[in-house]
Amino acid sequence: MTKIVVVTSGKGGVGKTTTSASFATGLAMRGLKTCVIDFDVGLRNLDLIMGVERRVVYDLINVINDEIKLTQALIKDKQLDKLFILAASQTRDKDALKQEGVERVLNELKAMEFDYIVCDSPAGIETGALMAMHYADEALVVTNPEVSSVRDSDRILGMLSSKTKRAIEGGEPVKEHLLITRYNPNRVEGGQMLSLDDIHEILRTPLIGVIPESESVLQASNQGTPAIHLQETDVSEAYKDVVARFLGEDKPMRFTEAVKQSWFKRVFGGK
Amino acid sequence: MGFLNFFLGEKKSSASVAKERLQLILAHERNGRSSSPDYLPQLQKELVAVISKYVSINPDDIKVHMERQGDLEVLEVKIELPEPGGR
Repeated sequence: MTKIVVVTSGKGGVGKTTTSASFATGLAMRGLKTCVIDFDVGLRNLDLIMGVERRVVYDLINVINDEIKLTQALIKDKQLDKLFILAASQTRDKDALKQEGVERVLNELKAMEFDYIVCDSPAGIETGALMAMHYADEALVVTNPEVSSVRDSDRILGMLSSKTKRAIEGGEPVKEHLLITRYNPNRVEGGQMLSLDDIHEILRTPLIGVIPESESVLQASNQGTPAIHLQETDVSEAYKDVVARFLGEDKPMRFTEAVKQSWFKRVFGGK
Repeated sequence: MGFLNFFLGEKKSSASVAKERLQLILAHERNGRSSSPDYLPQLQKELVAVISKYVSINPDDIKVHMERQGDLEVLEVKIELPEPGGR
């Protein structure tokens, strides 16, 4: 059975695409046949983060408009033979993303026996975001420890439980997971950043992982490599843990404790 | 928080301010989101019918509104009667 997972957040710039790329890559590293789809029509970026921007010939909208076959638009990952990328179109036509078309593409992927389809949602609550979440079985809600991101995530959680196919048809609700990114334990300890527990208490959604704030995310995107591939970095380890937990393994949270400050800062109060 | 802060008096951390603000605004927004019960339009119609037996009013003169205040649900019905000797 193919599972559809939407990566969403409401707010932009919180790490949806970074997460989609690393999460899909992580699933494929486990030997699961995975397709990651960019739903950000008009502003595609997943191709850059995955490092396949020069291999995009056809995109999601070409498939939806029946101009080409799905297999012509699927880009195979260079490193993992179980991983495929479907790029968004650069068209400015917002209505290009039709619900029937999206459903047909997802059904064709199901027929190709994909284990997972990861839908990288655009920011906002417009058509693109609605289409990305509509057919989802599970959702990763990406949230930064910051007020506007938490508020938008709450809004998105509300939409997941009212606007998706599962919600409308009254089936089992979309399984929601909270993923906190750009987390800085030192600032949390200093009382300058919302803690995991605070966010969890406010959003009341099960936590699937915490990705620490790290320079390696920028380094990864510079190179066009999903961050999960940057061996031995905290971010890579944290994403591997997310994938493991998603697949039902029991992993304690890591990278959530503050690193000890020097005695000087502790005495005089530092930043 | 540092040792000096202890003597200067503990100031509320910005994170706890953020948490309080979020809890307040989200409680408010979640209320607005939960759609009002679907019997409200029917209720409004029937109220218009009953009241019209005695007083001549417009359907728009009756406002039916559901509000949540904490754990309480408040059904508010506002009926605007025509001005005496009106028209």
